[in-house]
Amino acid sequence: MIVVFLQFTLGFYFLGTLLLLVYLLRRSDVLAKVALGMTGAGCTIHTGVLAFQVVSGADAWRVSFQSALSFFSWSLVIVFLTAVFLQRLYVLGSFVLPLAFLALVSTAVLPSETQALHPMFQEVWIHVTLSMLGTVGFAVAFVSGLMYLTQDWLLKSKQFNLLYAKLPPLDFLDRLNQRSILLGFPFLTMGILTGAMSAQITFGAYLSWNSEQIWALVTWAFYLVVMMGRVTVGWRAKKAAYLTVVGFVGVLLTFLGVILKGESFPVSS
Amino acid sequence: MNVIVVGLSHKTASVKLRELLMVPDSRIGEAVRRLMAHPSIHEGVFLQTCNRVEVYAVTDHADDGFSGVQEFLVDTHLSLSAEQLLPHLYWHAGDRAITHLFRVASSLDSLVVGETQILGQVKECFRDASTHNASGVILNKVFQKAISVAKRVRTETRIAENAVSVSYAAVELAKKVFGNLSERTVMLVGAGEMAKLAAQHLVDHGVQQVFLTTRDSLRARDMADRFHGTPMPFEEFRTYLHKADIVLCSTGAPHYVIGPEDVERAVRERWNRPIFLIDVAVPRNIDPAVRQVDNAFLFDMDDLEKCVERNRDERRKEAMRAERIVQDEVGIMLRWMQALKATPVIIALRKHAEDIKHAELQKIYGRLGMLTPEQREAMEPLASGIIKKLLHGPFVALKDAAQMSNGSMYIEAARHFYDLEKHLVAKDSVDVRGPVDRKRSGDEGLPSASVPESEREKVSE
Repeated sequence: MIVVFLQFTLGFYFLGTLLLLVYLLRRSDVLAKVALGMTGAGCTIHTGVLAFQVVSGADAWRVSFQSALSFFSWSLVIVFLTAVFLQRLYVLGSFVLPLAFLALVSTAVLPSETQALHPMFQEVWIHVTLSMLGTVGFAVAFVSGLMYLTQDWLLKSKQFNLLYAKLPPLDFLDRLNQRSILLGFPFLTMGILTGAMSAQITFGAYLSWNSEQIWALVTWAFYLVVMMGRVTVGWRAKKAAYLTVVGFVGVLLTFLGVILKGESFPVSS
Repeated sequence: MNVIVVGLSHKTASVKLRELLMVPDSRIGEAVRRLMAHPSIHEGVFLQTCNRVEVYAVTDHADDGFSGVQEFLVDTHLSLSAEQLLPHLYWHAGDRAITHLFRVASSLDSLVVGETQILGQVKECFRDASTHNASGVILNKVFQKAISVAKRVRTETRIAENAVSVSYAAVELAKKVFGNLSERTVMLVGAGEMAKLAAQHLVDHGVQQVFLTTRDSLRARDMADRFHGTPMPFEEFRTYLHKADIVLCSTGAPHYVIGPEDVERAVRERWNRPIFLIDVAVPRNIDPAVRQVDNAFLFDMDDLEKCVERNRDERRKEAMRAERIVQDEVGIMLRWMQALKATPVIIALRKHAEDIKHAELQKIYGRLGMLTPEQREAMEPLASGIIKKLLHGPFVALKDAAQMSNGSMYIEAARHFYDLEKHLVAKDSVDVRGPVDRKRSGDEGLPSASVPESEREKVSE
C-alpha cells in the first residue's frame, strides 16, 4: 500500500519537476502555478506516507537508508514550498525539485533494506534525521551556488534572457548559500556525533574508518573551512558558490559510502 | 449618438505644434465650456498630455462633431490657421474612437509603450470634464471603461515591467546584482548627463550614499548639492573605489580612467563582494579588461542598449496581448452603446402607457362619481400593475434587440406599433441642453442626450 502512495508521490514530483524545468524557458506564470499544485499534491501524500511510517512502525527505529532519502526528498520539497510561500521564488524549484525527485527515485532503485546502522542502537533515527537535515542545508547551498554561477555567467556574458530575468539577484543567492551552510552545519555536526556514538555501541569503536565515516568527516571539515574562509579571507560570492558546489560531491560520496557499507554488512531482518 | 475623437499626437505633430494647443491648467474650465457651447456637441472631454491633445465628444452626427471640435482646436490658439492644423489631425468615430481611447489609456499609443503616467493623465482630464459637467452618460461610461481596461492591461500583461531607457536599464541591472539598493553606495565619476540621470534613478530607488568626483571641483560641488553626496578629489578616487558598490563613469577623458588593476584591488578590499561598474562614456572610460575580473560586473553603453533592446522586444510582445484585451473590451462597450439606442423608445413607450393610464383613470373616476381617497388609491396600483406586466416583455425584448445587428428594425417596429412619434417629438422640445436648434434629432429616434438625466440612467442600467 505504502508503495502505491509513494508511486503517486513520485508521479506528482515528476510532473512538478518537468513543469518547473519548462518554466525556466517559458514566460508563463500558469506553468509555475500548476507545478506548485502538483508538487503540493505530491508533498501531501508524501507527508502522509512518512507520518504513517513513523506512527505505525513499532520497529521505526530500524531506519533504512531508503526512508532517510525519502525524508531528505520531503525536506527539500518543503524548502521549495516555503520559498514560494515567502518569496514567490518558483525558480528555486526548477533547481531543488529535480534533486528531490532523484532522491526519491533512488529509494526505489537502491537495493532494498540498506540499513543506515545496525538496529542495536535504538535511537538511530536521531542520527539519521540530524544528518539528513544537515544534508538538506548543504543541498540548498549547492543549489543556490549553481544558481549563483549561472546568473554570474549570464551577467558577465550579457545574456539578458528569460533565465536571467527569472533568477534572483546575486546578493540574494550568496546570502542563501551562506545561511543554508550555517543552518546545515550544526545538524551535520550533531549527526556525526550521534553516528559515532551508535558506532561505539554497535562496533565498540567510535571510528571504524569505513567510507561513510571518512567522507562524512571530509565533508564536515570542508564546510567548516568554507564557513571560516568567508569570515577570514573573504571567500564569498563566486568563490563561495564554487566551493559549495564542489562540497556537495562530498555529500554524495558519503551517501555512496552508506550504500556500500549496507552491502558489506548485510542485515538480517 | 456617436463617440468621436479629434486630435493630434507625437505620431502626427511636432512638439512645437502640440505646445501651441496646450491649455494651461487654470484655463481648462473655460476651454471645456467653449467646447460645450458648440451646438453639435453633447458631451466632451479635453485630453492633453505632453504627447497629445485630443478632444473626445458625443455628437448626433460624426461630421458635425468633427467640424465642431476642429473649430474649437483652431480657436484654442488664434495664431494657428485651420490649414496649418488640419494636416496633423486624426479623426475617429464610433468603435474606432473608443478603441483609440482604450489604447491611449493603456499606453499602447504612447511614445514609450507601456509607460505608466498616461493613465493618471487620462483620469485627471476626465475629472476636469466631470467637474465642468461636460461629460455625460456616454463619455462617463466610456472613460470609466478606458480606465478599467488600462488597469486590466497592466495586471494581465507585463507591458510596464522592463526598463526601456538606458539610464533605467542601469538600475535594473544593479538590482540583479544587489537586490535591494537601499544600503548601497554609488560613486559617480565625471559629470556626464547620462551618468547623472542613472545616478538620479538609483537614488530614487533607495541608494543612500553618493560619492562624486570630477576634474572640475566647482561642478563637483553642484552635483554634491543635487544628490546630497560627498565630493572627493579626482586624483584620489581610485583609492576609494572599494567603498562603492556601484560605479557610474562618464568623464570627457579620451582614455581609460579605471583599469583592471584598480578594480581587482577594489574587489580584494571588498572581500570579494561584487562591484558593479557602468561606463556610459564614449569613448569608454573603463578598460574592457575589467570584464575578466571575478565579482566585477562591467556594462558599457552597448550592453545597456542590448538590455533595453531586449526589453523593447518584450514590450512589443506584451503589447500584442494588450491589443487583444482592448479589442475584447471595445466589443463590450459597443454592446452597451447599442443597448442605449433602445432607451428613447423605452422611455416614450412608458410615457405613452402612463398617459393612457392617467386618461382611463380620470374617465372611470368621472363615471363612478364620488370615490373616497382609499378607493382611488386601490385603483391606481391595479392600473399600474397591468401596464407594468404588459410592458415588461417589450422592454426586455427591445433591450436585447438593441444589441443585435438588426436591432434598429425592432426599435423601428416598436415606434410604429405603439405610435410613439408624438411622444418622441414632444420630448424633443424639453431638451436638457436648452433651446438649441437640433435639426437632425428626429432622424434616428430621440437622441439620448435629450432625455432627462435621471431617466437615462434608469433605463440604461
